[in-house]
Amino acid sequence: MSALRTAPPPVTAERSSATWRLIKAESTLCVRDKVGPLWGIGFPLILLIVLGSVSDLREPVADAGGLTYFDLYVPVLILFNLAILATASLPTTLAGYRENGVLRRMRTTPVGPARVLAAQLVANFVIAVVAMVLFIAVAGLGFGVGLPKHLPGFALAWLLAAAALLAIGLLITALAPGRGAATAIGTVLFFPMMFFAGLWVPISQMPPLLRNIAHYTPLGAGMGAFQDAYLGHFPSAVPLLTLAAYAVACAFVAVRWFRWE
Amino acid sequence: MPPVIEVRNLHKRYDDKIAVDDVSLTVQAGEIFGILGPNGAGKTTTVECIEGLRVPDRGEIRVLGLDPLHDRAELTRRLGVQLQAGHLPDRLQVAEALELYSSFYPEPADWRALLDGLGLTDKAKTRYAKLSGGQKQRLSIALALIGSPKVAILDELTTGLDPQARRDTWDLIEGVRSRGVTIVLVTHFMEEAERLCDRLALIDAGRVVMVDTPTGLTERARIEQRIQFRPSRPMDDHLLTSLPDVSSVTRRGELVIVTGNDNALNAVTGVLARNQIVAERLRVEQASLEDAFVRLTGRRPEPGHR
Repeated sequence: MSALRTAPPPVTAERSSATWRLIKAESTLCVRDKVGPLWGIGFPLILLIVLGSVSDLREPVADAGGLTYFDLYVPVLILFNLAILATASLPTTLAGYRENGVLRRMRTTPVGPARVLAAQLVANFVIAVVAMVLFIAVAGLGFGVGLPKHLPGFALAWLLAAAALLAIGLLITALAPGRGAATAIGTVLFFPMMFFAGLWVPISQMPPLLRNIAHYTPLGAGMGAFQDAYLGHFPSAVPLLTLAAYAVACAFVAVRWFRWE
Repeated sequence: MPPVIEVRNLHKRYDDKIAVDDVSLTVQAGEIFGILGPNGAGKTTTVECIEGLRVPDRGEIRVLGLDPLHDRAELTRRLGVQLQAGHLPDRLQVAEALELYSSFYPEPADWRALLDGLGLTDKAKTRYAKLSGGQKQRLSIALALIGSPKVAILDELTTGLDPQARRDTWDLIEGVRSRGVTIVLVTHFMEEAERLCDRLALIDAGRVVMVDTPTGLTERARIEQRIQFRPSRPMDDHLLTSLPDVSSVTRRGELVIVTGNDNALNAVTGVLARNQIVAERLRVEQASLEDAFVRLTGRRPEPGHR
């Protein structure tokens, strides 16, 4: 076998190639897993197209700065994608890895299990970027919904929302004892989170109490920030700080409590 | 040459159960060292401490001169590990797994050659979840060897393999050893220990009962030979019981059954020859490693692994 050995590459090249291959492998696995692509992209995309074809939804929503119901659905579905990745795709996969000893096996290699986590996060992030671009493009080209008027503000809000949601996904992984529990927690969290994003009732139409709660939920805050960006303002501080707080707090607790086996 | 692995007075307790009480052992370069013992004897905990997966409560461990906990990064580059239940993501294909793992090591082996050597070439595109138990096992062996390790620790190497695959795996392990890799083999499969191991540590209840070659271990268990034959003409038992090497003589029908030490067979055939008695249907049962195992631990190896 020694004759077949490849020449030892420089250490830095070895590191980056291992990381890159892990990201590639985890992305491939995410696509094969189908939860992300199907429920995170396919389903909301179909919903977008169906809703876009309903003329009643082209009426402006009261207190929404002139945005129509359908206009509001574009950011809601972008959040839907993030929520699926954070509550279904990421925790189920990682809790499964822990349950099946994938992370434990990685501990015996020079690369270690932390980079598997990182690769999973990157893979889910990439799926989220694809979904966001795709939804905005379809809404724009197919149904004439304009781009967010404040693009940098939108980009920042989206990044913070993605960070908050992925951190929540990690937190679920850290706290759930097994794969089954991770899936259950994720499902239970998904529906209230989507409710407060305004999937069923736009936030501005909610009773005051619910509206106030919504502002401090991760997806409600994301929706607030997106709405500001769509109307042409830089998102206000409260939703941005709320998202950042979720990202930092959840990530901190997840890292503190994470178990590799 | 300094030993490849040195374990001194290892002690590990889980909650209120002592898994490893006091284990010391030394593995020399280039040998296949077996760790043999009944279930729950502390074999896996011992090797997990050597691999740095568990933190010992007491004791000292050196692998290739490295401390498994403090020199973790360096150790993982040089130590190949097969875990008892080593798993991969269900949807990862065989070739993808090998290619991925080979990127983790500074001097990886050629994964295609490994794939071929383990007879998995036609499974290269098969997903992990779709592999049979034996194929998963072979893949985990390949992954243990992919980093061209100096030392490989293989836990339950051939459990779940059919007899042919088991023999192929033994050949493969001998091939790996002949390239200078030191191998630690955790097993409770006697035939495997007898066939592969240069030396064995017999572990029971968290302690090393003895360390010896498979033959030495069998000898030290002092298990008597059993000689069975049908005499060609009637004979008096006294002819045999008077022999110092013989400890007992019993009869079953027309068969005479003699037990005694290693010289008993010579002594018995000598007496029979002098008395012109032919020993028909002669059978001699040598003590096996399994007999030694039972004698030394007072337990049967668990069923299903024989």
